[in-house]
Amino acid sequence: MPYLALIFGMERGIYMELTSAMTHSIAKLSGIRLSDSEAAAMTRDLGGVVGYFDLLNELDTRDVPPRAHVLPLVNHWREDAVTPSAPRDELIANAPVRRDGYVVAPKTFEGGGSS
Amino acid sequence: MPQYETVVGLEIHVELATATKVFCGCTTAFGGEQNTHVCPVCMGLPGALPVLNRQAVEYAVRAGLALNCNITRNAVFDRKHYFYPDLPKAFQISQLYLPLCTDGWVEVFGKRVRIREIHMEEDAGKLVHDPWTDSTLVDFNRCGVPLIEIVTQPDMRTPEETVETVRQIRAALSMLGVSDCKMQEGSLRVDVNLSVRPMGSTALGTRTEMKNINSLKSIGRAVAGETARQIEQIELGRPIIQQTRRWDDNKNASMAMRSKEDAHDYRYFPEPDLAPLSLSDEWIESRRAALPELPEQKRVRYPAEFGLSAYDTDILVSEKTLCELFERTAAICGKPKDAANWIMGEILAALKERGESPDQLTLAPEALARIITLQSGGEINRNAARQTLTAALAGETSDVDEYIKANQLAMVGDASALMEIVKQVINADPDSDAAYRSGKEKVFGFLMGQAMRALKGKGDPGRLKELLKQGLG
Repeated sequence: MPYLALIFGMERGIYMELTSAMTHSIAKLSGIRLSDSEAAAMTRDLGGVVGYFDLLNELDTRDVPPRAHVLPLVNHWREDAVTPSAPRDELIANAPVRRDGYVVAPKTFEGGGSS
Repeated sequence: MPQYETVVGLEIHVELATATKVFCGCTTAFGGEQNTHVCPVCMGLPGALPVLNRQAVEYAVRAGLALNCNITRNAVFDRKHYFYPDLPKAFQISQLYLPLCTDGWVEVFGKRVRIREIHMEEDAGKLVHDPWTDSTLVDFNRCGVPLIEIVTQPDMRTPEETVETVRQIRAALSMLGVSDCKMQEGSLRVDVNLSVRPMGSTALGTRTEMKNINSLKSIGRAVAGETARQIEQIELGRPIIQQTRRWDDNKNASMAMRSKEDAHDYRYFPEPDLAPLSLSDEWIESRRAALPELPEQKRVRYPAEFGLSAYDTDILVSEKTLCELFERTAAICGKPKDAANWIMGEILAALKERGESPDQLTLAPEALARIITLQSGGEINRNAARQTLTAALAGETSDVDEYIKANQLAMVGDASALMEIVKQVINADPDSDAAYRSGKEKVFGFLMGQAMRALKGKGDPGRLKELLKQGLG
Protein backbone atom coordinates (compact mmCIF):
# COMPACT_ATOMS: atom_id res chain seq x y z
CA MET A 1 0.00 0.00 0.00
CA PRO A 2 1.43 3.42 -0.83
CA TYR A 3 2.98 5.17 2.11
CA LEU A 4 0.65 8.13 2.54
CA ALA A 5 -2.40 6.06 1.79
CA LEU A 6 -1.37 3.75 4.59
CA ILE A 7 -1.39 6.65 7.00
CA PHE A 8 -4.57 8.34 5.95
CA GLY A 9 -6.58 5.32 4.86
CA MET A 10 -7.15 6.84 1.41
CA GLU A 11 -6.70 3.48 -0.27
CA ARG A 12 -9.85 2.33 1.40
CA GLY A 13 -11.63 5.54 0.48
CA ILE A 14 -11.84 6.66 4.07
CA TYR A 15 -12.15 10.42 4.07
CA MET A 16 -12.16 12.42 7.23
CA GLU A 17 -15.43 13.70 8.56
CA LEU A 18 -15.07 15.31 11.93
CA THR A 19 -17.52 14.20 14.60
CA SER A 20 -18.18 15.63 18.03
CA ALA A 21 -16.59 12.51 19.56
CA MET A 22 -13.39 13.18 17.60
CA THR A 23 -13.26 16.76 18.81
CA HIS A 24 -13.54 15.58 22.40
CA SER A 25 -10.85 12.99 21.81
CA ILE A 26 -8.46 15.58 20.33
CA ALA A 27 -9.22 17.95 23.20
CA LYS A 28 -8.43 15.21 25.71
CA LEU A 29 -5.12 14.36 24.02
CA SER A 30 -4.25 18.05 23.95
CA GLY A 31 -5.04 18.51 27.62
CA ILE A 32 -7.75 21.08 26.82
CA ARG A 33 -11.13 21.15 28.55
CA LEU A 34 -14.03 22.12 26.26
CA SER A 35 -17.58 22.99 27.25
CA ASP A 36 -20.33 21.49 25.08
CA SER A 37 -20.87 24.76 23.21
CA GLU A 38 -17.12 25.19 22.65
CA ALA A 39 -16.90 21.61 21.39
CA ALA A 40 -19.74 22.22 18.95
CA ALA A 41 -18.05 25.36 17.61
CA MET A 42 -14.72 23.55 17.40
CA THR A 43 -16.25 20.62 15.52
CA ARG A 44 -17.68 23.06 13.00
CA ASP A 45 -14.40 24.99 12.56
CA LEU A 46 -12.07 21.99 12.46
CA GLY A 47 -14.49 20.18 10.16
CA GLY A 48 -14.13 23.07 7.72
CA VAL A 49 -10.35 22.77 7.83
CA VAL A 50 -10.44 19.02 7.29
CA GLY A 51 -12.99 19.42 4.52
CA TYR A 52 -10.70 21.89 2.82
CA PHE A 53 -7.98 19.26 2.71
CA ASP A 54 -10.44 16.88 1.10
CA LEU A 55 -10.01 19.01 -2.00
CA LEU A 56 -6.71 17.14 -2.45
CA ASN A 57 -8.66 13.97 -3.09
CA GLU A 58 -10.10 15.48 -6.24
CA LEU A 59 -6.63 15.54 -7.81
CA ASP A 60 -5.81 12.74 -10.22
CA THR A 61 -2.59 11.25 -8.82
CA ARG A 62 -2.66 7.94 -10.73
CA ASP A 63 0.64 8.72 -12.46
CA VAL A 64 2.38 10.25 -9.43
CA PRO A 65 4.69 7.79 -7.68
CA PRO A 66 4.21 7.55 -3.91
CA ARG A 67 6.69 9.61 -1.94
CA ALA A 68 7.31 10.58 1.67
CA HIS A 69 8.21 14.22 1.16
CA VAL A 70 7.20 17.04 -1.16
CA LEU A 71 10.71 18.35 -1.79
CA PRO A 72 13.17 16.62 -4.13
CA LEU A 73 15.69 16.34 -1.31
CA VAL A 74 17.36 13.34 0.32
CA ASN A 75 20.18 12.93 2.84
CA HIS A 76 20.11 16.52 3.97
CA TRP A 77 22.45 16.10 6.91
CA ARG A 78 25.27 17.80 8.76
CA GLU A 79 28.58 16.73 10.30
CA ASP A 80 28.76 15.90 14.01
CA ALA A 81 30.45 19.14 15.09
CA VAL A 82 29.44 21.02 18.23
CA THR A 83 28.07 24.53 17.81
CA PRO A 84 27.57 26.83 20.81
CA SER A 85 24.27 26.48 22.62
CA ALA A 86 22.04 29.53 23.05
CA PRO A 87 21.92 31.76 26.18
CA ARG A 88 19.74 30.07 28.76
CA ASP A 89 17.99 33.18 30.03
CA GLU A 90 16.84 34.09 26.54
CA LEU A 91 15.69 30.58 25.71
CA ILE A 92 13.52 30.16 28.77
CA ALA A 93 12.43 33.80 28.99
CA ASN A 94 8.93 32.96 27.74
CA ALA A 95 8.31 30.21 30.27
CA PRO A 96 5.64 31.44 32.73
CA VAL A 97 7.58 30.20 35.78
CA ARG A 98 11.36 29.72 36.05
CA ARG A 99 13.66 28.89 38.94
CA ASP A 100 17.47 28.46 39.07
CA GLY A 101 17.64 28.07 35.30
CA TYR A 102 14.89 25.44 35.27
CA VAL A 103 11.50 25.76 33.69
CA VAL A 104 8.88 25.08 36.37
CA ALA A 105 5.97 22.83 35.40
CA PRO A 106 2.97 21.58 37.37
CA LYS A 107 3.73 18.50 39.43
CA THR A 108 4.51 15.57 37.10
CA PHE A 109 6.45 12.39 37.50
CA GLU A 110 9.46 11.23 35.51
CA GLY A 111 8.98 8.74 32.71
CA GLY A 112 5.26 9.27 32.37
CA GLY A 113 5.42 10.57 28.84
CA SER A 114 6.13 8.30 25.92
CA SER A 115 6.24 4.59 25.32
CA MET B 1 -2.87 -25.28 38.64
CA PRO B 2 -1.97 -25.26 34.93
CA GLN B 3 1.57 -24.69 33.78
CA TYR B 4 2.22 -21.19 32.45
CA GLU B 5 4.68 -19.89 29.94
CA THR B 6 6.21 -16.39 30.08
CA VAL B 7 6.44 -14.41 26.84
CA VAL B 8 8.85 -11.48 26.79
CA GLY B 9 9.64 -8.85 24.18
CA LEU B 10 12.04 -5.99 24.71
CA GLU B 11 12.30 -2.33 23.78
CA ILE B 12 15.84 -1.13 24.29
CA HIS B 13 16.62 2.59 24.07
CA VAL B 14 20.28 3.32 23.46
CA GLU B 15 21.87 6.77 23.49
CA LEU B 16 24.28 7.08 20.59
CA ALA B 17 27.81 8.30 21.30
CA THR B 18 27.72 11.32 19.00
CA ALA B 19 29.30 14.61 20.04
CA THR B 20 26.16 16.56 19.17
CA LYS B 21 22.41 16.09 19.30
CA VAL B 22 20.53 14.41 16.48
CA PHE B 23 18.94 17.53 14.97
CA CYS B 24 21.11 20.41 16.20
CA GLY B 25 24.73 21.16 17.08
CA CYS B 26 24.25 21.29 20.88
CA THR B 27 26.67 19.09 22.81
CA THR B 28 25.53 15.75 24.21
CA ALA B 29 28.05 16.04 27.09
CA PHE B 30 26.67 14.63 30.34
CA GLY B 31 26.33 16.70 33.50
CA GLY B 32 26.06 20.27 32.20
CA GLU B 33 24.23 22.84 34.31
CA GLN B 34 20.47 22.72 33.66
CA ASN B 35 19.30 24.14 30.32
CA THR B 36 22.78 25.13 29.13
CA HIS B 37 23.04 22.53 26.33
CA VAL B 38 19.99 23.78 24.48
CA CYS B 39 19.10 25.94 21.49
CA PRO B 40 15.93 26.95 19.62
CA VAL B 41 15.89 23.61 17.74
CA CYS B 42 16.00 21.23 20.72
CA MET B 43 13.81 23.58 22.79
CA GLY B 44 11.21 23.41 20.01
CA LEU B 45 10.92 27.17 19.56
CA PRO B 46 8.69 28.22 16.66
CA GLY B 47 10.40 28.35 13.28
CA ALA B 48 13.48 26.36 14.28
CA LEU B 49 14.41 23.66 11.75
CA PRO B 50 16.07 20.32 12.53
CA VAL B 51 19.03 19.08 10.44
CA LEU B 52 19.98 15.43 10.77
CA ASN B 53 23.34 14.45 12.29
CA ARG B 54 25.06 12.17 9.73
CA GLN B 55 27.06 10.39 12.44
CA ALA B 56 23.86 9.32 14.21
CA VAL B 57 22.74 7.60 10.99
CA GLU B 58 26.16 5.93 10.66
CA TYR B 59 25.91 4.59 14.23
CA ALA B 60 22.33 3.40 13.81
CA VAL B 61 23.20 1.60 10.56
CA ARG B 62 26.24 0.04 12.21
CA ALA B 63 24.02 -1.28 15.02
CA GLY B 64 21.52 -2.62 12.48
CA LEU B 65 24.17 -4.43 10.47
CA ALA B 66 25.74 -5.97 13.57
CA LEU B 67 22.32 -7.22 14.69
CA ASN B 68 21.67 -8.85 11.28
CA CYS B 69 19.02 -6.36 10.17
CA ASN B 70 17.98 -5.23 6.72
CA ILE B 71 18.77 -1.56 6.20
CA THR B 72 15.89 0.48 4.80
CA ARG B 73 17.09 2.30 1.67
CA ASN B 74 14.56 5.10 1.98
CA ALA B 75 13.92 5.59 5.67
CA VAL B 76 11.69 8.45 6.80
CA PHE B 77 11.17 10.31 10.09
CA ASP B 78 7.75 10.76 11.67
CA ARG B 79 6.30 12.94 14.38
CA LYS B 80 4.89 11.20 17.43
CA HIS B 81 2.65 13.52 19.39
CA TYR B 82 2.13 13.58 23.12
CA PHE B 83 2.01 16.27 25.74
CA TYR B 84 4.48 16.06 28.55
CA PRO B 85 6.71 18.69 30.18
CA ASP B 86 9.91 16.88 29.15
CA LEU B 87 9.00 17.25 25.46
CA PRO B 88 9.03 20.94 24.50
CA LYS B 89 7.92 20.51 20.85
CA ALA B 90 4.93 18.41 22.03
CA PHE B 91 6.04 15.77 19.54
CA GLN B 92 9.01 13.46 19.36
CA ILE B 93 10.76 12.95 16.05
CA SER B 94 10.84 9.17 15.63
CA GLN B 95 10.25 6.57 12.92
CA LEU B 96 7.05 4.57 12.65
CA TYR B 97 6.31 3.67 9.02
CA LEU B 98 9.77 3.22 7.54
CA PRO B 99 12.28 2.57 10.35
CA LEU B 100 15.97 2.48 9.45
CA CYS B 101 16.57 -1.22 10.26
CA THR B 102 14.20 -4.19 10.19
CA ASP B 103 14.12 -7.97 10.63
CA GLY B 104 17.33 -8.74 12.48
CA TRP B 105 18.18 -11.32 15.09
CA VAL B 106 20.58 -12.09 17.88
CA GLU B 107 21.59 -15.59 18.91
CA VAL B 108 20.82 -16.42 22.54
CA PHE B 109 21.60 -19.84 24.03
CA GLY B 110 21.60 -21.36 20.55
CA LYS B 111 18.24 -19.94 19.42
CA ARG B 112 17.41 -16.77 17.56
CA VAL B 113 15.67 -13.86 19.24
CA ARG B 114 14.27 -11.85 16.35
CA ILE B 115 14.63 -8.09 16.19
CA ARG B 116 11.56 -6.51 14.64
CA GLU B 117 13.15 -3.12 14.00
CA ILE B 118 15.64 -0.51 15.06
CA HIS B 119 14.44 3.04 14.60
CA MET B 120 16.04 6.40 15.27
CA GLU B 121 14.51 8.98 17.57
CA GLU B 122 15.37 11.78 19.96
CA ASP B 123 15.61 11.67 23.74
CA ALA B 124 13.38 13.79 25.99
CA GLY B 125 14.37 16.17 28.79
CA LYS B 126 14.69 15.43 32.47
CA LEU B 127 12.11 16.15 35.14
CA VAL B 128 13.24 16.92 38.69
CA HIS B 129 10.71 16.90 41.50
CA ASP B 130 11.02 19.91 43.79
CA PRO B 131 9.72 18.82 47.20
CA TRP B 132 9.72 22.39 48.61
CA THR B 133 7.17 23.73 46.17
CA ASP B 134 5.71 20.35 45.15
CA SER B 135 6.30 21.22 41.52
CA THR B 136 8.37 19.81 38.68
CA LEU B 137 11.56 21.40 37.35
CA VAL B 138 12.46 20.79 33.72
CA ASP B 139 15.98 20.47 32.32
CA PHE B 140 16.09 20.15 28.53
CA ASN B 141 19.80 19.23 28.19
CA ARG B 142 19.02 15.60 27.20
CA CYS B 143 16.35 16.74 24.77
CA GLY B 144 17.38 15.81 21.23
CA VAL B 145 20.17 13.41 22.17
CA PRO B 146 20.12 10.70 19.47
CA LEU B 147 18.60 7.36 20.43
CA ILE B 148 18.04 4.11 18.70
CA GLU B 149 15.16 1.98 19.90
CA ILE B 150 15.71 -1.73 19.37
CA VAL B 151 12.42 -3.63 19.35
CA THR B 152 12.51 -7.42 19.60
CA GLN B 153 9.80 -9.90 18.78
CA PRO B 154 8.21 -11.65 21.81
CA ASP B 155 10.76 -14.48 21.57
CA MET B 156 12.06 -14.81 25.12
CA ARG B 157 10.56 -17.28 27.59
CA THR B 158 12.62 -17.06 30.80
CA PRO B 159 14.43 -14.49 32.95
CA GLU B 160 17.75 -16.05 31.86
CA GLU B 161 16.97 -15.72 28.15
CA THR B 162 15.85 -12.14 28.64
CA VAL B 163 19.01 -11.14 30.52
CA GLU B 164 21.20 -12.93 27.98
CA THR B 165 19.49 -11.17 25.06
CA VAL B 166 20.25 -7.79 26.61
CA ARG B 167 23.83 -8.90 27.34
CA GLN B 168 24.37 -9.96 23.74
CA ILE B 169 22.93 -6.77 22.30
CA ARG B 170 24.87 -4.66 24.76
CA ALA B 171 28.12 -6.48 23.97
CA ALA B 172 27.63 -5.90 20.24
CA LEU B 173 26.87 -2.21 20.68
CA SER B 174 29.81 -1.82 23.05
CA MET B 175 32.16 -3.43 20.52
CA LEU B 176 30.83 -1.18 17.75
CA GLY B 177 31.53 1.92 19.84
CA VAL B 178 28.11 3.36 19.00
CA SER B 179 27.16 3.89 22.65
CA ASP B 180 28.75 3.68 26.07
CA CYS B 181 25.84 1.37 27.05
CA LYS B 182 25.72 2.35 30.74
CA MET B 183 22.51 1.03 32.22
CA GLN B 184 23.00 2.80 35.55
CA GLU B 185 23.41 6.18 33.86
CA GLY B 186 20.53 5.59 31.48
CA SER B 187 22.45 5.43 28.20
CA LEU B 188 20.97 1.94 27.72
CA ARG B 189 17.38 1.58 28.97
CA VAL B 190 15.41 -1.62 28.82
CA ASP B 191 11.62 -1.84 28.81
CA VAL B 192 10.22 -5.33 29.30
CA ASN B 193 6.93 -6.31 27.64
CA LEU B 194 5.62 -9.40 29.33
CA SER B 195 2.59 -11.65 29.22
CA VAL B 196 1.87 -15.17 30.40
CA ARG B 197 -0.21 -17.91 28.79
CA PRO B 198 -1.08 -21.53 29.52
CA MET B 199 1.72 -23.82 28.37
CA GLY B 200 1.01 -25.05 24.84
CA SER B 201 -1.16 -22.06 23.91
CA THR B 202 -0.06 -20.05 20.88
CA ALA B 203 -2.21 -16.97 21.49
CA LEU B 204 -0.54 -14.10 23.33
CA GLY B 205 -1.92 -13.01 26.68
CA THR B 206 -2.50 -9.37 27.65
CA ARG B 207 0.86 -7.77 28.24
CA THR B 208 2.26 -5.20 30.59
CA GLU B 209 5.28 -3.00 29.99
CA MET B 210 7.84 -2.49 32.76
CA LYS B 211 10.11 0.53 32.87
CA ASN B 212 12.86 1.74 35.18
CA ILE B 213 14.96 -1.40 35.06
CA ASN B 214 18.54 -0.28 35.40
CA SER B 215 20.76 -3.34 35.69
CA LEU B 216 21.06 -6.77 34.11
CA LYS B 217 20.29 -8.41 37.44
CA SER B 218 17.12 -6.43 37.91
CA ILE B 219 15.92 -7.42 34.42
CA GLY B 220 15.94 -11.05 35.56
CA ARG B 221 14.18 -10.19 38.82
CA ALA B 222 11.60 -8.06 36.99
CA VAL B 223 10.74 -10.89 34.58
CA ALA B 224 10.39 -13.38 37.43
CA GLY B 225 8.42 -10.95 39.62
CA GLU B 226 5.97 -9.83 36.93
CA THR B 227 5.43 -13.42 35.79
CA ALA B 228 4.45 -14.39 39.32
CA ARG B 229 2.14 -11.38 39.65
CA GLN B 230 0.32 -12.10 36.38
CA ILE B 231 -0.11 -15.80 37.17
CA GLU B 232 -1.52 -14.86 40.56
CA GLN B 233 -4.02 -12.47 38.93
CA ILE B 234 -5.13 -15.17 36.49
CA GLU B 235 -5.46 -17.79 39.23
CA LEU B 236 -7.61 -15.35 41.22
CA GLY B 237 -9.81 -14.87 38.17
CA ARG B 238 -8.80 -11.24 37.69
CA PRO B 239 -8.04 -9.73 34.29
CA ILE B 240 -4.56 -8.59 33.31
CA ILE B 241 -4.82 -4.90 32.49
CA GLN B 242 -2.67 -3.64 29.64
CA GLN B 243 -0.64 -0.96 31.35
CA THR B 244 2.79 0.50 31.96
CA ARG B 245 4.33 -0.51 35.26
CA ARG B 246 7.34 0.75 37.09
CA TRP B 247 9.77 -1.86 38.41
CA ASP B 248 10.90 -1.21 41.99
CA ASP B 249 14.00 -3.29 42.50
CA ASN B 250 14.11 -2.63 46.25
CA LYS B 251 10.56 -3.86 46.75
CA ASN B 252 11.09 -6.58 44.13
CA ALA B 253 7.72 -5.71 42.63
CA SER B 254 6.20 -3.61 39.88
CA MET B 255 3.71 -0.77 40.43
CA ALA B 256 1.09 0.44 37.94
CA MET B 257 2.06 3.77 36.33
CA ARG B 258 -0.65 4.38 33.74
CA SER B 259 -2.87 2.58 31.27
CA LYS B 260 -1.34 2.19 27.85
CA GLU B 261 -2.57 4.66 25.27
CA ASP B 262 -3.56 3.23 21.90
CA ALA B 263 -0.92 3.62 19.21
CA HIS B 264 -3.00 5.95 17.05
CA ASP B 265 -3.40 8.36 19.92
CA TYR B 266 0.12 9.54 19.10
CA ARG B 267 -1.18 10.88 15.78
CA TYR B 268 1.96 9.99 13.88
CA PHE B 269 2.61 11.69 10.57
CA PRO B 270 5.73 12.11 8.43
CA GLU B 271 8.07 14.85 9.65
CA PRO B 272 7.84 17.55 6.96
CA ASP B 273 10.98 19.36 8.20
CA LEU B 274 13.33 16.44 7.49
CA ALA B 275 14.21 15.04 4.09
CA PRO B 276 14.00 11.25 3.70
CA LEU B 277 17.15 9.18 3.70
CA SER B 278 18.37 7.54 0.54
CA LEU B 279 21.08 4.99 1.25
CA SER B 280 22.64 3.19 -1.70
CA ASP B 281 23.69 -0.44 -1.64
CA GLU B 282 27.33 0.69 -2.00
CA TRP B 283 26.97 3.02 0.98
CA ILE B 284 25.50 0.25 3.12
CA GLU B 285 28.01 -2.39 2.00
CA SER B 286 30.95 -0.09 2.75
CA ARG B 287 29.62 0.21 6.32
CA ARG B 288 29.20 -3.55 6.56
CA ALA B 289 32.79 -4.07 5.42
CA ALA B 290 34.05 -1.60 8.04
CA LEU B 291 32.39 -3.38 11.01
CA PRO B 292 34.87 -4.44 13.69
CA GLU B 293 35.12 -8.06 14.82
CA LEU B 294 31.90 -8.71 16.73
CA PRO B 295 31.44 -10.57 20.04
CA GLU B 296 29.93 -13.61 18.31
CA GLN B 297 33.10 -13.90 16.18
CA LYS B 298 35.40 -13.39 19.16
CA ARG B 299 33.39 -16.05 21.01
CA VAL B 300 34.58 -18.55 18.42
CA ARG B 301 38.09 -17.21 17.97
CA TYR B 302 39.24 -16.87 21.61
CA PRO B 303 38.89 -20.55 22.55
CA ALA B 304 40.22 -21.70 19.16
CA GLU B 305 43.17 -19.35 18.91
CA PHE B 306 44.10 -18.77 22.56
CA GLY B 307 42.68 -21.83 24.30
CA LEU B 308 40.48 -19.74 26.61
CA SER B 309 37.52 -21.29 28.40
CA ALA B 310 34.00 -20.46 27.28
CA TYR B 311 33.40 -18.72 30.60
CA ASP B 312 36.45 -16.44 30.35
CA THR B 313 35.67 -15.72 26.72
CA ASP B 314 32.12 -14.75 27.58
CA ILE B 315 33.23 -12.25 30.24
CA LEU B 316 35.91 -10.72 28.02
CA VAL B 317 33.74 -10.27 24.92
CA SER B 318 31.00 -8.54 26.85
CA GLU B 319 33.16 -5.43 27.23
CA LYS B 320 35.07 -3.63 24.52
CA THR B 321 37.80 -2.36 26.87
CA LEU B 322 38.44 -5.86 28.25
CA CYS B 323 38.76 -7.29 24.73
CA GLU B 324 41.17 -4.58 23.72
CA LEU B 325 43.29 -4.97 26.84
CA PHE B 326 43.33 -8.75 26.42
CA GLU B 327 44.17 -8.79 22.72
CA ARG B 328 46.86 -6.13 22.89
CA THR B 329 48.48 -7.60 26.03
CA ALA B 330 48.51 -11.07 24.48
CA ALA B 331 50.03 -9.69 21.29
CA ILE B 332 52.84 -7.96 23.18
CA CYS B 333 53.81 -10.69 25.66
CA GLY B 334 52.69 -13.75 23.70
CA LYS B 335 50.97 -15.23 26.76
CA PRO B 336 47.19 -15.00 26.16
CA LYS B 337 46.22 -17.32 29.01
CA ASP B 338 48.20 -15.29 31.55
CA ALA B 339 46.67 -12.11 30.17
CA ALA B 340 43.15 -13.57 30.50
CA ASN B 341 43.88 -14.83 34.03
CA TRP B 342 45.09 -11.46 35.28
CA ILE B 343 42.11 -9.67 33.70
CA MET B 344 39.59 -12.20 35.04
CA GLY B 345 41.21 -12.19 38.47
CA GLU B 346 43.00 -9.14 39.82
CA ILE B 347 41.76 -6.58 37.32
CA LEU B 348 38.04 -7.33 37.53
CA ALA B 349 38.35 -7.62 41.32
CA ALA B 350 40.02 -4.20 41.51
CA LEU B 351 37.27 -2.64 39.37
CA LYS B 352 34.59 -4.22 41.52
CA GLU B 353 36.26 -3.01 44.70
CA ARG B 354 36.34 0.55 43.40
CA GLY B 355 32.80 0.33 42.04
CA GLU B 356 34.04 1.11 38.54
CA SER B 357 32.94 -0.27 35.20
CA PRO B 358 35.40 -1.80 32.72
CA ASP B 359 35.27 1.24 30.44
CA GLN B 360 36.93 3.25 33.21
CA LEU B 361 39.95 0.99 32.99
CA THR B 362 43.09 2.97 32.16
CA LEU B 363 45.67 0.19 32.49
CA ALA B 364 48.08 0.17 29.54
CA PRO B 365 48.44 -3.23 27.84
CA GLU B 366 52.19 -2.60 27.74
CA ALA B 367 52.26 -2.51 31.56
CA LEU B 368 50.28 -5.71 31.97
CA ALA B 369 52.38 -7.44 29.30
CA ARG B 370 55.60 -6.39 31.05
CA ILE B 371 54.38 -7.74 34.40
CA ILE B 372 53.47 -11.06 32.78
CA THR B 373 56.85 -11.27 31.04
CA LEU B 374 58.77 -10.51 34.24
CA GLN B 375 56.82 -13.01 36.32
CA SER B 376 56.96 -15.83 33.80
CA GLY B 377 60.71 -15.21 33.39
CA GLY B 378 61.18 -15.60 37.15
CA GLU B 379 62.34 -12.03 37.60
CA ILE B 380 59.51 -11.18 40.01
CA ASN B 381 57.32 -13.47 42.08
CA ARG B 382 53.53 -13.56 42.11
CA ASN B 383 53.18 -11.23 45.08
CA ALA B 384 55.45 -8.66 43.48
CA ALA B 385 53.51 -8.98 40.23
CA ARG B 386 50.25 -8.42 42.07
CA GLN B 387 51.63 -5.41 43.97
CA THR B 388 52.94 -3.85 40.76
CA LEU B 389 49.65 -4.44 38.95
CA THR B 390 47.70 -2.87 41.81
CA ALA B 391 49.91 0.22 41.61
CA ALA B 392 49.54 0.39 37.83
CA LEU B 393 45.74 -0.01 38.09
CA ALA B 394 45.55 2.79 40.63
CA GLY B 395 47.54 5.01 38.30
CA GLU B 396 50.43 5.23 40.78
CA THR B 397 52.94 4.21 38.16
CA SER B 398 53.13 3.97 34.41
CA ASP B 399 56.61 2.40 34.32
CA VAL B 400 56.56 -1.16 35.60
CA ASP B 401 60.35 -1.61 35.67
CA GLU B 402 60.89 1.60 37.54
CA TYR B 403 58.24 0.68 40.12
CA ILE B 404 59.81 -2.75 40.69
CA LYS B 405 63.23 -1.20 41.14
CA ALA B 406 62.03 1.59 43.44
CA ASN B 407 60.20 -0.90 45.64
CA GLN B 408 62.91 -3.58 45.48
CA LEU B 409 60.49 -6.19 44.19
CA ALA B 410 62.86 -7.98 41.84
CA MET B 411 63.95 -11.52 42.64
CA VAL B 412 67.44 -11.76 44.04
CA GLY B 413 69.36 -14.13 41.78
CA ASP B 414 72.79 -12.62 42.16
CA ALA B 415 75.12 -15.26 43.68
CA SER B 416 77.15 -12.99 45.94
CA ALA B 417 74.03 -11.33 47.39
CA LEU B 418 72.44 -14.73 48.02
CA MET B 419 75.68 -16.13 49.54
CA GLU B 420 75.77 -13.19 51.93
CA ILE B 421 72.32 -14.14 53.23
CA VAL B 422 73.23 -17.83 53.43
CA LYS B 423 76.22 -17.01 55.62
CA GLN B 424 74.11 -14.80 57.89
CA VAL B 425 71.52 -17.54 58.36
CA ILE B 426 74.09 -20.22 59.17
CA ASN B 427 76.02 -17.97 61.54
CA ALA B 428 72.85 -16.95 63.33
CA ASP B 429 72.06 -20.57 64.13
CA PRO B 430 75.22 -22.67 64.55
CA ASP B 431 73.20 -25.48 66.18
CA SER B 432 71.26 -26.20 63.03
CA ASP B 433 74.45 -26.14 61.07
CA ALA B 434 75.84 -28.87 63.32
CA ALA B 435 72.56 -30.79 63.22
CA TYR B 436 72.59 -30.77 59.42
CA ARG B 437 76.15 -32.04 59.31
CA SER B 438 75.16 -34.87 61.63
CA GLY B 439 72.57 -35.99 59.10
CA LYS B 440 69.37 -34.21 60.18
CA GLU B 441 68.14 -33.26 56.72
CA LYS B 442 64.97 -31.66 58.05
CA VAL B 443 67.02 -28.73 59.30
CA PHE B 444 67.73 -27.81 55.70
CA GLY B 445 64.13 -26.74 55.17
CA PHE B 446 64.25 -24.58 58.26
CA LEU B 447 67.38 -22.80 57.03
CA MET B 448 65.84 -22.28 53.57
CA GLY B 449 62.85 -20.69 55.23
CA GLN B 450 65.08 -18.39 57.27
CA ALA B 451 66.99 -17.32 54.17
CA MET B 452 63.81 -16.72 52.16
CA ARG B 453 62.44 -14.68 55.01
CA ALA B 454 65.55 -12.53 55.10
CA LEU B 455 65.10 -12.02 51.35
CA LYS B 456 61.40 -11.17 51.86
CA GLY B 457 60.46 -14.04 49.53
CA LYS B 458 62.34 -12.63 46.61
CA GLY B 459 65.21 -15.12 46.52
CA ASP B 460 65.52 -17.30 43.45
CA PRO B 461 64.67 -20.62 45.16
CA GLY B 462 66.80 -22.84 42.89
CA ARG B 463 69.97 -20.88 43.29
CA LEU B 464 69.38 -20.33 46.99
CA LYS B 465 69.06 -24.06 47.59
CA GLU B 466 72.28 -24.67 45.72
CA LEU B 467 74.20 -22.02 47.67
CA LEU B 468 72.82 -23.14 51.02
CA LYS B 469 73.98 -26.69 50.38
CA GLN B 470 77.35 -25.29 49.42
CA GLY B 471 77.46 -23.15 52.60
CA LEU B 472 76.60 -26.09 54.83
CA GLY B 473 78.92 -28.48 53.07
